[in-house]
Amino acid sequence: MENLVSLSLVAVYSAMGVYTISFILFTLDLAKRSAERPVPAAAQTSTVADVQTSTAAGAGSTTAVLEATEVTATEPSNGATRYQRAAFALAVLGFALHLGATILRGVAAERVPWANMFEFGLTATAMGMGVFLLVQFWKDVRYLGAYITGFTLLSLGIVTVNFYVDVVPLPPALQSAWLVIHVLVATLATAFFAIGAGLSIMQLLRSQREVRKVNALRFLDTLPGASTLESLAYRLNVVGFVFWTFTLIAGAIWAERAWGRYWGWDTKEVWTFIIWTLFAGYIHARATRGWRGDRSAWLAIIGFSAVIFNYTIVNIAFTGLHSYSGL
Amino acid sequence: MDARPASPVQPNLDAAGWARFIWRQLTSMRTALVLLLLLAVAAIPGSLVPQRSADPNGVVQFEQSNPDLFPVLDALQVFDTYTSVWFSSIYLLLFVSLIGCIIPRTQHHAKALRARPPATPARLDRLVGHTERRASVDVETALAEARTLLRKQRFRVERYGDSLSAERGYLRETGNLVFHMALVGILATIGLAGGFGYNGQRVIVQGQTFTNQLTSYDSFSPGRFFDETRLDPFSIRLDEFEAVYDAVFDAETMTVRPIPLDFTASVTVVENGAARAETVKVNEPLPLGATNAYLLGNGFAPWITVFDAEGTAVFSQPVPFLPQDANLTSLGVVKVPDGLDEQLGMIGFFYPSAVALDSGALSSVFPEPDNPVLTLNAFEGDLGLDEGVPRNAYSLNTDDLDQITGGDTGVDSIVLQLGESAELPDGRGSVEFTSLPRFVSLDIHHDPTQAGVLISSLLVLAGLLTSLFVPRRRLWVVATADGDEVRLQYAGLARGDDAGLERAVGELADRHVEALTHHDRATTR
Repeated sequence: MENLVSLSLVAVYSAMGVYTISFILFTLDLAKRSAERPVPAAAQTSTVADVQTSTAAGAGSTTAVLEATEVTATEPSNGATRYQRAAFALAVLGFALHLGATILRGVAAERVPWANMFEFGLTATAMGMGVFLLVQFWKDVRYLGAYITGFTLLSLGIVTVNFYVDVVPLPPALQSAWLVIHVLVATLATAFFAIGAGLSIMQLLRSQREVRKVNALRFLDTLPGASTLESLAYRLNVVGFVFWTFTLIAGAIWAERAWGRYWGWDTKEVWTFIIWTLFAGYIHARATRGWRGDRSAWLAIIGFSAVIFNYTIVNIAFTGLHSYSGL
Repeated sequence: MDARPASPVQPNLDAAGWARFIWRQLTSMRTALVLLLLLAVAAIPGSLVPQRSADPNGVVQFEQSNPDLFPVLDALQVFDTYTSVWFSSIYLLLFVSLIGCIIPRTQHHAKALRARPPATPARLDRLVGHTERRASVDVETALAEARTLLRKQRFRVERYGDSLSAERGYLRETGNLVFHMALVGILATIGLAGGFGYNGQRVIVQGQTFTNQLTSYDSFSPGRFFDETRLDPFSIRLDEFEAVYDAVFDAETMTVRPIPLDFTASVTVVENGAARAETVKVNEPLPLGATNAYLLGNGFAPWITVFDAEGTAVFSQPVPFLPQDANLTSLGVVKVPDGLDEQLGMIGFFYPSAVALDSGALSSVFPEPDNPVLTLNAFEGDLGLDEGVPRNAYSLNTDDLDQITGGDTGVDSIVLQLGESAELPDGRGSVEFTSLPRFVSLDIHHDPTQAGVLISSLLVLAGLLTSLFVPRRRLWVVATADGDEVRLQYAGLARGDDAGLERAVGELADRHVEALTHHDRATTR
């Protein structure tokens, strides 16, 4: 068992090494795009004004037509360089090591590998990376590679250095099938929110660049238009929202079993509720005049920041019943 | 949610006009959004300071460490955030806004469900995915084939002249309404059924029996509509409590850390006159009719016997000591009101596995009773038990008492191992650590909201899934005779987010033409 644990750690460090190179190459790709003449992506119709006027799809107003036509008019004009291909291949390799590390940890612990903060961090980042890789089959969002590998690398570094704990058996409160379901779905939700937030950040950068005609960050011109990015971010965030809703309900069912009540405003419950409310606000904001676009993007980013806050600060600094960090 | 902008303010509004104006504002999407975000922000303070409902001891500690800040925050109801006036106002307004939104939308949707798809627009070329095809069939064949295709895709189809108008995805709006109604359902269930519930805590020492009646509880919080007859008649006796620990050596601190593996309380339940053996574990509550008993804590209740100077036992019972750390170093209070010359009070620590630190102080190194030691400081005087004021059994107010052992008295504290006894100073009598039963702390919870909230929550999830992932769209097919051929136009309109609409229009056109080609071949053959 000891061997498996150290093997798992070796795999984590190897994954981090591979991710580092992948991150550098993804960054180089973006830098290279900036240097090269942008593809005439500016012919894209999308402007911030468009994004903000195309509102109220929820009410079935005809402006939805504008939005829909415009999205397809701005399908990615892929300005990717050869660095991206190498970076992506390394990201896949890094993920294989990362996944291996996670599975080894689970085998060593003889249980699911997400029972303390280190393990949750390990699994959630693997989930984020896995979802990022799978999303490519649906839409090419490899331009987020630098963001995702950078974020994963940073998170893995923090959890292995600061949150690492040895394998210990599960305390009675965690001995439940809900540990498998509730936490697994929470990592899935986190993964989707992470990618959604990345797209929202790109969207904001892009729309700022369009409005202010800034000269920096020229790689943004090779990305899809702000409203396409917005639409992609929305579609990932709503999947995250569904998973988050499930996490909340499953958590409540488990809380009834373990703590004698399904809802008690424990600090973790409070923050799960806050995050749910923020993303509910985000979804409604998209259907509200004047909120779709930049403002709704900010809500998605704040929502994801709250997810990170919930995992880090709430676990470490706040007192509550979810004190399973093992720290 | 109503996404229409609020109507412009009319001058000289009368009372009804103002009411309507305020109602419109309240039920507007913008207001709902602001209330929603406000709710998220308002929930934050409750996670920053301890809450009376979840952590009453934390509130007491907060008051002690922040005596100046406490009254201000308390006046702002920050320690009861989730029942505070401001938090309640936000969510009640939000739900009023929500209901004000659901009702007209439900009516509207009910009409839409019965209505025919709307007439085909005069010009399709400005709509989503507008595309044209040609086929060498007549108009009737083309439309009949298109109708079959659309029907297969579960569209509702209506013919207007030489065109078809089709709509699908009514389930999207149904799901959306179910989602919002189920949220109201959760709140309504809690508001209505919550008042009939109760929960209480009780410490039960091995061998003791708890009977479900009001006076048996250590603490009890009834719902608003609770009355004593709602207590299900049952009793629980704790036969045995077993704790299993693993020991993990921590190389960094050179100490052994206990890892709890299992807590099992074996109990005998008497319900409706029949006794049965049961177990209660963490994550496995004991069902007692509509009430559940949860195992939330455990510890040791050293049996303490106090003898007077003549050797007659004046006090003999187990005293639950409350655990203070993972190694079950526990704090307890003994009150002996009768039998001695003066009332006797003792505050003590219990160490299940005691070791002496370099400083001479004791510490417990493991939660199992490997070397159980009890230390007691004794006080005498008026315990204040006769004033009729309820006293916390777990605390001793020493203000009016004289200390007789430990502290500055010059007399050593009483230190007892299991089975030992020690003299009280000046021939007052003696104290014996007689035996070491365990106790469990049970939470008895009757919550009539559970089923309603669970069903509502699942409806929330189901409504959410359909409202987000079922596309609601309209499609049109216009057929125009053009010589021997027919000119076909297709276009769509999204109702709500529908990223796949353009592709859907294209696919319909392709399939339609393909079907017509087959049809053409079949007829010419």
